[in-house]
Amino acid sequence: MSPDPAEAPETAPEASETAEGPERARGLAPARVLDVDPLLDDPKTRIVVCCGSGGVGKTTTAAALGLRAAERGRKVVVLTIDPARRLAQSMGIDSLDNVPRRVKGTEGDGELHAMMLDMKRTFDEVVEAHADSERAAAILANPFYQSLSAGFAGTQEYMAMEKLGQLRAKDEWDLIVVDTPPSRSALDFLDAPKRLGSFLDGRLIRLLTAPAKLGGRAGMAFLNVGMSMMTGTLGKLLGGQLLKDVQTFVAAMDTTFGGFRTRADATYKLLQAPGTAFLVVAAPERDALREAAYFVERLDAERMPLVGLVLNRVHASGADGLSAERALAAAENLEDPRIVDQGGGKAGLRNSPDTYGSSQSPASSPAAEAASGTPASEEGSPADAERPVDRLTVGLLRLHADRMQLLARERRTRGRFTARHPEVAVVEVPALPGDVHDLTGLRDIGTRLAAGARGTEGER
Amino acid sequence: MSRLQVVSGKGGTGKTTVAAALALALATEGKRTLLVEVEGRQGIAQLFETEALPYEERKIAVAPGGGEVYALAIDPELALLDYLQMFYKLGGAGRALKKLGAIDFATTVAPGIRDVLLTGKACEAVRRKDKSGKFAYDYVVMDAPPTGRVTRFLNVNDEVAGLAKIGPIHNQAQAVMRVLKSPETAVHLVTLLEEMPVQETADGIAELRAARLPVGRVIVNMVRPQVLDAADLELVRTVGRSSVAQALSAAGLGGARRGGHAEKLVDPLLRQASEYAERYALEQEQRAVLGELDLPLGELPLLPEGVDLAGLYELATELRKQGLS
Repeated sequence: MSPDPAEAPETAPEASETAEGPERARGLAPARVLDVDPLLDDPKTRIVVCCGSGGVGKTTTAAALGLRAAERGRKVVVLTIDPARRLAQSMGIDSLDNVPRRVKGTEGDGELHAMMLDMKRTFDEVVEAHADSERAAAILANPFYQSLSAGFAGTQEYMAMEKLGQLRAKDEWDLIVVDTPPSRSALDFLDAPKRLGSFLDGRLIRLLTAPAKLGGRAGMAFLNVGMSMMTGTLGKLLGGQLLKDVQTFVAAMDTTFGGFRTRADATYKLLQAPGTAFLVVAAPERDALREAAYFVERLDAERMPLVGLVLNRVHASGADGLSAERALAAAENLEDPRIVDQGGGKAGLRNSPDTYGSSQSPASSPAAEAASGTPASEEGSPADAERPVDRLTVGLLRLHADRMQLLARERRTRGRFTARHPEVAVVEVPALPGDVHDLTGLRDIGTRLAAGARGTEGER
Repeated sequence: MSRLQVVSGKGGTGKTTVAAALALALATEGKRTLLVEVEGRQGIAQLFETEALPYEERKIAVAPGGGEVYALAIDPELALLDYLQMFYKLGGAGRALKKLGAIDFATTVAPGIRDVLLTGKACEAVRRKDKSGKFAYDYVVMDAPPTGRVTRFLNVNDEVAGLAKIGPIHNQAQAVMRVLKSPETAVHLVTLLEEMPVQETADGIAELRAARLPVGRVIVNMVRPQVLDAADLELVRTVGRSSVAQALSAAGLGGARRGGHAEKLVDPLLRQASEYAERYALEQEQRAVLGELDLPLGELPLLPEGVDLAGLYELATELRKQGLS
């Protein structure tokens, strides 16, 4: 199962198509732009996996892609791992469960279904599918199994893979969009089958099942001594009861493990197959993009077909010709004359008159202070009307300066990623001021996702 | 002040940053704190701009007033061998178990054992005393798994104690739970003023309370400064475009007439202001939701240039100012 270093990872055709053409990277903009529509439309695309660190909009991206694919005519199921209630609600489903539910209100000929992984249920199904009913009942009743399946660390990853394999095997959907578990380490879900494999190949399992199996086989006698010593140690550690539970569990699972493992291996291969597309999701922040770079490298090492990076929540400005520095300078221009001209009032509250003493007659300070009680009414209505607008304009300019600084920072962060991975196609999704609550919101994100490719090309 | 401070939060809310700032804040005035990382991400090393942390307690920062921050990235495999050696003098057997794949099994495949080791190690650091009988660390700050998983993570020993009904693991699990469920521990949740993190925080608190784990505070992170106040926002909706254009022109940004430089800025700037207004309204809503949680709130500002080492000290100062440490 180890990757063959001689064979270079395949790059998806969808991404390279958009990379062709004369347009070259401008500044720090990514060299390649990811166009999601051809990817979603291609009947050969059967699985899209969204991975990325927590809090970057991974689940929302998965749902938006699913909806877009459905509305472009495909029959889609979105498998979500993270129990985000909002997302279920945004698809008009009060709660998602282990069975795909049709999402109502989609446009066009396609269909959108959504489901949420129920670890325990999925695990139970696996057991029931691989063991005869008597054995299955024994396993399901085992206390060790019950804790294992209820969602201890790691189980989620196995079960996500298992569910994906099941959905794909049914062949009921044109496209499966899945978001990955919020794993402690980035790609636990990829390691899960391998770990399971190495565990099953290992001697530990034989050791644990030893008391049940090693009856009178003479040849195994010397092993038996070692093993009883080991089980003795384990018993000491775990306590007799737990060891017995574990042993019964492993013994009962023994025959079902084979099928379990075959499927885990099959799912892993499925992920490497040409019909699968991995999308790394990130936000233009240092940590998220660092994780993204790690994902890219891991996927490459595992020969998983990465098609690109979705960069969520990218900011833009309609006035990006006005730099932060100029905006701030203009804001100061607007504030300064007011303070000088009007002396008292607001300026008196903000700044000591002494600051401006050099340019004004000394007498004006006490005068301003004295007048500060009723300055506005004496200065007349024109000044009164102007002042809030000036104040607002100062705020608008400050806001713009903040936005431009944010833009510059995002560009730098993205540039660092692009420098490290120029081969990765990127699509940027503009930031929304609010949250997504319904299909309209998801559709909007889908549109933004698709427009990301066209928009940037149009600019050039 | 609880001696074990657990920091959790939804992904992307900056819980590692808050944990690090808290460790710094608690170390002020000659105290010694241990900052514990359990997720193997090396986030602490990156924050403190040091090389990757080994499985070893090492000093990574000095706090104002001579305090010290130590850091430890717990490696489950080494923690298990450590544990076997410490309690059973099983160094050799540990190696044998490793050869068999048992250690690998225990730390990656076997349910919960990994979390048992991680919480166990943190609690050991909390209880550890030096030769003179003083606590080795005044405070232990744990950068814990995200909100969605933290209750199960902290509660894992309860389940283990139920599974292993007798024996040393049972006893160890119970000892850990005694620390975690006592006032010695406080679990803080970091959030942003956005709908999903706030919702997750509320759910997380309910879960923690149901498991009888001590909830500390909610820390609102990355709070943006107020640029436009309520009066400004009101005006954004009603103001005449031409008067804004004139003001921009007066500020030196070009002509106010149609097609002039200043005039062309009006629409984009007003659009940015309405986006700000929308977000501001959402933030107020989320503040109200947080207010209903009936928990002490802390607030940390958004650092415009991102968090670097200097920023971390800034946040630590802010935490102290708010009495959060």
